[in-house]
Amino acid sequence: MSAPTTALGLRMPTRAWTRTAVRAVLYAAVLFVFVMPLWTMLATVFSGSTLKTGQMSLFPGHFTLTNLRTAFRFGVGRGLLNSVIVTGVGLFLQITVSAFAAYALARKKFRGQALVLLAILATMMMPEEVIAIPLYLVLGKVPDPLGGGDLLDSYSGLILPVVGWALPIYVLTGFMKTIPVELEEAARVDGARDLRIFFQIILPLCRPALGTCAVFGFLMIWDQYLLPLLVASTPHMYTMTLVVTSLSSSQEQPEGVRMAASLMLMVPSVLVYLGLQRLFERGMLSGSLKG
Amino acid sequence: MTLTEDRPGRGPRGGRPRPPAGTRSPSAPRALLRWPRAATPWIFLAPVLALFGVFKFWPTLWGMYLSFFQVRPYLGNKWVGWANFRTAFHDAALRSAVEHTVIDALVTVAASAVIGFGLALLLEGPARHLRILRTAAFLPVVTAMVAVAELWNTILYPGGYGTLNTLLGHLGLGPEPFLSSPHSSLASVMLIQVWKSAPYDMVIFVAGLAGIDKQLYEAAAIDGAGAWHRLRHVTLPSLRPVTTIVITLGIIRGLRVFTEIYVLTGGGPAGSTETIVTYTYKQGIQNNQLGLASAVSTVLFLVTVLLTCLTLWWRRRKEA
Repeated sequence: MSAPTTALGLRMPTRAWTRTAVRAVLYAAVLFVFVMPLWTMLATVFSGSTLKTGQMSLFPGHFTLTNLRTAFRFGVGRGLLNSVIVTGVGLFLQITVSAFAAYALARKKFRGQALVLLAILATMMMPEEVIAIPLYLVLGKVPDPLGGGDLLDSYSGLILPVVGWALPIYVLTGFMKTIPVELEEAARVDGARDLRIFFQIILPLCRPALGTCAVFGFLMIWDQYLLPLLVASTPHMYTMTLVVTSLSSSQEQPEGVRMAASLMLMVPSVLVYLGLQRLFERGMLSGSLKG
Repeated sequence: MTLTEDRPGRGPRGGRPRPPAGTRSPSAPRALLRWPRAATPWIFLAPVLALFGVFKFWPTLWGMYLSFFQVRPYLGNKWVGWANFRTAFHDAALRSAVEHTVIDALVTVAASAVIGFGLALLLEGPARHLRILRTAAFLPVVTAMVAVAELWNTILYPGGYGTLNTLLGHLGLGPEPFLSSPHSSLASVMLIQVWKSAPYDMVIFVAGLAGIDKQLYEAAAIDGAGAWHRLRHVTLPSLRPVTTIVITLGIIRGLRVFTEIYVLTGGGPAGSTETIVTYTYKQGIQNNQLGLASAVSTVLFLVTVLLTCLTLWWRRRKEA
């Protein structure tokens, strides 16, 4: 920055070069603290040098794919597949049902509306961590809509509990309220009914908000740990988070292999974040500032 | 129905009177999509309400119910009154778990806010290099907690070979036991949590800083206020609403900390990082003390509700 004061109005040390130097050192410190650990993970995965437990590489000397290949031999492929299925289907359902609910909340006035809003608020105080034990019992009672048995150790059990989420309902309700009602009224005069108005007018206009919800929903479902821990009991149902922890608890794999699994867990989130950063920050701020 | 309130009885085109609400349309396939108008909002809400009912409200209520029972899988549950609550209250392990949880929530939230604020002061601005630095610093936030825990488990490896210990060794320090000693385990966990959450607070504060009227700074500067005074009397008061939200939500969320603890230490060593949720998980899933675990979860839930209501009430009072 060329201005003598920062945007904050704090004057940095007077002489320009001192100021630049101090800032550069602080920038380097930020990168060292927040990025370096992630970089060492990457370097360790692709490094062929033998490491003692707890050691990590700074640079991938003797570049190799062995760690990655070994990790895939120990369930990373299956974990990725499961996580992609659960996140893909879960996210699609989450956004669909949230958009439906948001349409009713944003556009309709009905008896019991306040109660519904209260119920949605209440669910925010019932995360898996708080209801883990009874949730586990419930999952053992509810039949799997996709086939025999209950929800334990099934895809439905990994997916359905994360579909209902208050955040996208709030985001979409808020967004739909900003869409002018006149657009729908024109369609109504032409004889369109709620379902058609919803799909042909409201949903296309909601695209930015849907994007925000998709980013948040992706991270929320992808990062799930406690729910898969409760649901998945056989390794072929393990999602990526469980594969990572089970690989490390075996303690037999070298750092490189364990870091390879962690890397595979991390890369999709980072790609989604980097690709859709603007949507992400907008959602974060609307969530935290307006509450 | 498609009719709007202000045009009763008028059809879509040409003013042809419409059949009253609820009558079947003559075309059969479309008839399936017709329902009384009062039902419309409920049909749109049905999927979400069903999911919340099964996966949120049912477990919550069942958990409350089970709190009063000794849960025996094949013998049937036995009513025990308040015994589970009493057992929990007198359990020293739970008491220290509550202590750890509260310390952890308060310290990590405060430290994240302070560090996040510092980062925001340093990295705020529209310049390209600042944007890139902010994006880079934000990476820990989007990385799954499990991956973060795995990574730091290796970095904080206790022996002299551990990554951070090697680094400390170059500076003539360490080696530190980090997660492996009861004396430093909770602090190490908190370090990792702050590493992951401080950049989150940074982004919130960056937006807050950008929203402050620059004229306030100029006015303060003209009045002869130094950098410190401007920070103290302009910046901080302007950020107060954002900060209270960040802190209250953070503390409420902090009370249910589980994943990082469970993956990093499993509550150990010697229970030194046990938190409320790791305690209930172990009691419920591993020791099969479902009634006791439910009782503790119920109390945690009620505390969460209480804190949330207090926050909402307090914010509404401030806004009014």
